[in-house]
Amino acid sequence: MHIVVCVKQVPDTKIIKINPKTNTLDRRSAPAILNPYDAHAVQEAVKIKKKNGGTISVLSMGPPQATEVIKKSIEIGADRGYLISDRAFAGADTLATSYALSKALERIGKDLPVDMIICGKHAIDGDTGQVGPGIARRMDIPPITSVIEVTEVNQQEKTVLIKRKLTRGYELIQSEMPCLLTVEKEINEIEYSPMPNMIKAAKYEPIIWTVNDLENVERTQLGLKGSPTIVGKMFTPPRPEGGKKLEGSASEQISQLMEILMEKKDLLTIPSSK
Amino acid sequence: MPEKFDVVVVGAGPAGTACALTCARNGLNVLLIERGEYPGAKNVMGGVLYRQQMEDLIPEFWMEAPLERPVIEQRFWMMDKESVISFGYKGLEWAAPPYNNFTVLRAQFDQWFAKKAVEAGALLINETVVTECIVENGKVVGVRTDRPDGEIYADVVVLADGVNSLLSKQLGFHKEFRPDEVALTVMEVINLPKEKINDRFNLEDNQGCTIEIFGDSTKGNLGTAFLYTNKESLNIGVGTTLSSMIKAKLKPYELLDYLKNHPMVKPLIAGGESAEYLAHLIPEGGFRSVPKVAGNGVVVIGDAAQLVNAIHREGSNMAMHSGLLAAEAVIEAKNRGDFSESSLNSYREALYNSFIIKDLEKYKDAAHTFEKYPQYFKEYVPMMNQAASKFFTVDGTPKRDKQKQIIKNMTSEKGTLRVLQDLYRAWKAVK
Repeated sequence: MHIVVCVKQVPDTKIIKINPKTNTLDRRSAPAILNPYDAHAVQEAVKIKKKNGGTISVLSMGPPQATEVIKKSIEIGADRGYLISDRAFAGADTLATSYALSKALERIGKDLPVDMIICGKHAIDGDTGQVGPGIARRMDIPPITSVIEVTEVNQQEKTVLIKRKLTRGYELIQSEMPCLLTVEKEINEIEYSPMPNMIKAAKYEPIIWTVNDLENVERTQLGLKGSPTIVGKMFTPPRPEGGKKLEGSASEQISQLMEILMEKKDLLTIPSSK
Repeated sequence: MPEKFDVVVVGAGPAGTACALTCARNGLNVLLIERGEYPGAKNVMGGVLYRQQMEDLIPEFWMEAPLERPVIEQRFWMMDKESVISFGYKGLEWAAPPYNNFTVLRAQFDQWFAKKAVEAGALLINETVVTECIVENGKVVGVRTDRPDGEIYADVVVLADGVNSLLSKQLGFHKEFRPDEVALTVMEVINLPKEKINDRFNLEDNQGCTIEIFGDSTKGNLGTAFLYTNKESLNIGVGTTLSSMIKAKLKPYELLDYLKNHPMVKPLIAGGESAEYLAHLIPEGGFRSVPKVAGNGVVVIGDAAQLVNAIHREGSNMAMHSGLLAAEAVIEAKNRGDFSESSLNSYREALYNSFIIKDLEKYKDAAHTFEKYPQYFKEYVPMMNQAASKFFTVDGTPKRDKQKQIIKNMTSEKGTLRVLQDLYRAWKAVK
C-alpha cells in the first residue's frame, strides 16, 4: 500500500495582514505553515498505514523553504517527501499546479506504484479546492471529495470504502484504487508526534526535483505560462456595521421591533418575480 | 531503543543555541530541544544584543543577522513626576563595524541564531517540553519529554531552560527562587513609522538609541524602565523585583500604563500602535543566587544559572558566553571520556574566571542594598530633580547661594550624617 499525500506551505491566515494599498497579502507578516487540511491528510495516511501497513510519501511544490512542510509531515508520520521546486513552476494557478503535481506523481509511481492520493480539502490561502480533483482528472483516477472517514481498505480487491460529507447527512461509497481523496478537518485529530518521528524529521532531507527530473512535461502547461486564471481585482471586504441593540423589558423591545419593521415594510413583503 | 546523543541541550535561547552551535561545530552529536513553536517564540528581553560575545560565536554576524538598529546613543534618565535629569553618551564610532551593541526583536533573532546551530549540524526539535532529567546511579543520563516514546539519552545534558529552571531544581541545584531574586518585567512593542522614530530620537536610519529610566518610572521601587528604538517600532517596558511588586501592591500592567502616560515618555510613543505585549521573569539575584552549575552528566547555563547583570542590563551576552564555556568543557570531557562532576567542573572554573561571575561578584551587594534602603529611588531621585530645577532656573539668586541652599535642603531633610551614610553605602555596593 503506497499512499502519497499532497501538501502545501501556506501563510498562517489567522495572523496575516493585508497591505491596504495593494490589497495583496503581506507574506512577511505571517509565518509559513503546513496547510491545516493537509496536516489532516497526512494524519489520515498514518492511520491507514497503522492498519494496513505500507509507505507514505508526501509531495509538495514550492520554493526551497517549502521543505519545512515536508519535514512537518515526517513529524506526523510520513516516510519520505518530495519537493518539486523550479522557476518553471512559479506563478502557477490550480490548472498548472495540478499538471506539475501529476507529472511528479507519475515519477513517484514509477519507483513504487501509488494506491491512493490524499489531499486536504483546500489550501487556506487560495480556498479553491481545485488542485486535488485536477490531479485525479489528469491521472484518470476517481476523485472523492469531502471525505470524513476512510472506513475500510481492501488490499486484495484493491477497493476502498469511504464516508463523504453531504449537505445533509453523509454517503458511503466504494471506490476502486488507485483513487484520490480530499479530506475534511473532522476526519481525524492530529496526534502529538512521538519523539522518534521528531528526530527523524529533524534529520530528514527531502528529495528535491527540478523540472528536468520529470518526464514527458509540456513546458507550456507549467507556471505562469500554463495558467489561464487572471485575477481581476482583489479587495478587502468592509467590516459589516454593527446592528442596533434593543433595550428595555421584553414587551418594550417587541414594540420597538414592531415599529422598526413597520417603517421598513419592504422587508416584510416578498418581492414578486417579474 | 531510544537514541543516544553526545549532548542534549534543553532550551533554544541564546545560551542553549550558543552551546549547541559550538558543540556541533566540534563534531559532537547534538540535540537541541525547544518548548516554543520556534526558537524565540517564548523569550523576552528588553532588546539590547551585545556585539562581543555574539561575535565570538559568529564573526561579523551583523552582515546577515536580523538586527534592528546599532545603538549609537545610550541615555539614562533619573525621573521624577514631571521632570527628568538626563545624561548619556552618543558616539558615531558605534555606528560602524565592529559596533557596540544592537537592538533586536527576539522572535526573529533567535530563529536565525538557532538556524546557525542547525547548519552546523545540531538537530533542532520544537514544541517539545522536557519534563525531567533521567537520573541513573546519581548521574544524569538523559531527559524525558512530554512526547510519546519521549526519552532521549545523552552523555551530557545542558540545562538552558531559562529563569526558574525546573530541571536544575529537580536535581536539587537550587531551591525555589525568592521574590527578591527575580524581577517581573512587562513590555510592549509599539509600531511607529521610521521617520517618526528618527525625528523624535534624533537618529538616522541605521542608528539606534536606548534610554534606561530610574525613579518614578517604577514609582520609586527597585527596578528600571527602558525605551529602545527598533527599525520601525519601539520596545518599552518596566520591571521591578517581584518582592517590591508584592510589597507596594503594584500590578505590572498598571506600572507599564503609568510609564506610557508619563509626560516625559508619552510624546515619544504618541501615535504608535501596540503590536506585542510580553511579560517574563528575569533572574536578578546576582552572585549569591548562582546555583550549582555542574553535576554528573549535566551543566547549567544562561538564565537557568541566574547569569544576569541587572545593573548593566547584560543577560543574553552572558548567556551566550556561558553556553560557549559549557560547550568547551563538554568537548574536553568527551575527549577524556569522563562526564563526571569533577570533569565537568572545568566549566564552573571557566565561568568563575570569566567576566560573567567577576561582574556579578562586583555587584553582589547592589540589589540587596537598594532593596533594603529604598530611599535611593524613592527620595534621592526626586531630591536631585528639585535641585537641578533650582540650579538651572534663572531668578536673580547668585549661584553660590543656590548651591548652599540646595545642600541645605538635602541635609536639613535627612541630616548630614545620614546623607553621607547613604552615599558611602551606595558607593560600597557598586565599587
